[in-house]
Amino acid sequence: MFKILRDLLRYNIEFAIGFVLTLAIFLFALAHFWAPLPDTAIYLLPPDMPPSAQYWFGTTSRGQDVLWQMSSAIWNTMLFGLTVTILSRLLAVAIGMLSGYLGGRWDQALMTLNDTMIALPNIPILLLVYFVMRDSMSWPVLAATAALLGWNYDARLIRSVTLSLRSREFTRHAVFAGMSVPQILVRQHLPYVMPVIFFTAMNNLIWAIGLEVTLSVLGFSDINRPTIGGMIYWANQHQAIIAGIWWWIAFPIIAIVLLFLGLFLLAISVNEYIDPRSRLSRMGA
Amino acid sequence: MDGFAKYLGRRLFQFFLVIFLGVSLAFLITNLSPVDPVEQSVALMTNFGATDPRSVELMRQALQELYGLQGSMLEQYLAFWGRVIRGDFGPSLSAFPTPVMSLIMGALPWTIGLLTLSLVISWSLGNLLGALAGYYRSNLLLKLSGAAVMALHPVPAYIIGLCLLLAFGFIWPILPISGGAQMNLQPGLTLDYLRSLILHGTLPALTLVFVGLGSWFISMRSLVSNIVTDDHVVYAELGGVSSNKIFSQYVARNALLPQLTGLALSLGNVFGGAVITEFLFNYPGVGRLMIQGIYRGDYALVLGVTTISIIAVAVAVFIIDLIYPLIDPRVRLS
Repeated sequence: MFKILRDLLRYNIEFAIGFVLTLAIFLFALAHFWAPLPDTAIYLLPPDMPPSAQYWFGTTSRGQDVLWQMSSAIWNTMLFGLTVTILSRLLAVAIGMLSGYLGGRWDQALMTLNDTMIALPNIPILLLVYFVMRDSMSWPVLAATAALLGWNYDARLIRSVTLSLRSREFTRHAVFAGMSVPQILVRQHLPYVMPVIFFTAMNNLIWAIGLEVTLSVLGFSDINRPTIGGMIYWANQHQAIIAGIWWWIAFPIIAIVLLFLGLFLLAISVNEYIDPRSRLSRMGA
Repeated sequence: MDGFAKYLGRRLFQFFLVIFLGVSLAFLITNLSPVDPVEQSVALMTNFGATDPRSVELMRQALQELYGLQGSMLEQYLAFWGRVIRGDFGPSLSAFPTPVMSLIMGALPWTIGLLTLSLVISWSLGNLLGALAGYYRSNLLLKLSGAAVMALHPVPAYIIGLCLLLAFGFIWPILPISGGAQMNLQPGLTLDYLRSLILHGTLPALTLVFVGLGSWFISMRSLVSNIVTDDHVVYAELGGVSSNKIFSQYVARNALLPQLTGLALSLGNVFGGAVITEFLFNYPGVGRLMIQGIYRGDYALVLGVTTISIIAVAVAVFIIDLIYPLIDPRVRLS
């Protein structure tokens, strides 16, 4: 594992940039555990202070320090993204592998459900869920809903990998040796599916974080819990752009764009590592 | 012809299944929730002013009748389907007594126009750039523009839109940042109105184009770079077919087919992006209508917009699926 990491860092410039960016933002988010101020309290500092030596990124109209607010906001946003990713990976792996291995009717039924889910527009459904839940809408509920909507593309991808494994010699050996279906899937097939899970996880993480930002920006999440979208929501509520308090909105946007860029570079370079064909074509073979 | 009939049957089944599941989902979400829409609406209305208990009770009864919340779950479900088929979601609460359906019908053309235009632009531009970048891999200009497009790809619509809004609305204010057209102009086929329409649509459309461009670019480029190594392309190169012809006839044509399927699949997501973009630019489409409905606690409006948007996306996907066999001969033959 460390050897792979070292080689990727040394030979793949995209991976190196993505890794450094993501790590830096992760460390910055981690710093909120040592923040001098509580992250949900307001009117602790003089409001609307521009960036200065004392307040590096300025303060908000709600009397918060933008720097520390952002630190815990990124943490919460990343936590949401990771929760969605893990939950939806479990669903995608279970449904994709079962569908590919069992085949026949099971495959047809599961993939029909899958295709139907793909065709449903996610945002209106999420908004409807938020609308009817309202006050009881907490971030775990939102994460679970997002996970239920976010597995379908990747289940198809995992299915296609399992489909090719099913007809391989070693699967037949395992069946004849008396292994049960769960045993075959977990012990024999999962190692081959692992790279796909890893790659789709990166994309799903990006999607989930984008979703969190989108919903929070509209105020459709727990608005008292600091997140990147939540910061922009409060900035809009106080008309920060019109009032000229640009630092309140500019720094969260820069942070989130850097995070997206870092994760995206990681995703494409990991994909390249997993799929050697693209590496060959890049080298000009 | 047999193959086509089979294909059509499958697609038709899928089409009805999407609508059935989507509408059922919308019903279930609203009915299994701990929040009672009637009580919520009553609370919202009594918030605005003290009302005497008797008229509140009357209103409660009227609302219960309106939402079909009487009878068993199954009866409610069937009543809901009846309303969906008739296109009757009752009057909107926030714009009483305008029916929800006429609000949606007023907003739908805006959304369809914005989506179609931006989808056509981002799809063709993304595919063209991606195909060129996949075929002429050593071109520096293509590499640079590819990097820019790809860096933009993971950024959510709201952030891209906000940046455009700041850039062209505040820093260099040359474009209108709100609304669908100038307020005091009479809608019609006049030059002034069309000009205003285009100016107001530019930033929202640009946002959606930027959102979509990256994914088309990435998938087209990888498709093309796989096809380039195929035997028939290598053979054509050895046979001295001109590289322009190879590019347009051998490579791009083959790669466009899966991209068309991608168009159908991505529609649901593009619609989500449009909801956010419309809200940001105050564009009078279905997305803004829905978000306004949420802010105002308008239950009938939100449920109506969700249901209609699920059906609209399903219809669009179905239409793309119907066009597909015209372009891909394999579907007709198999």
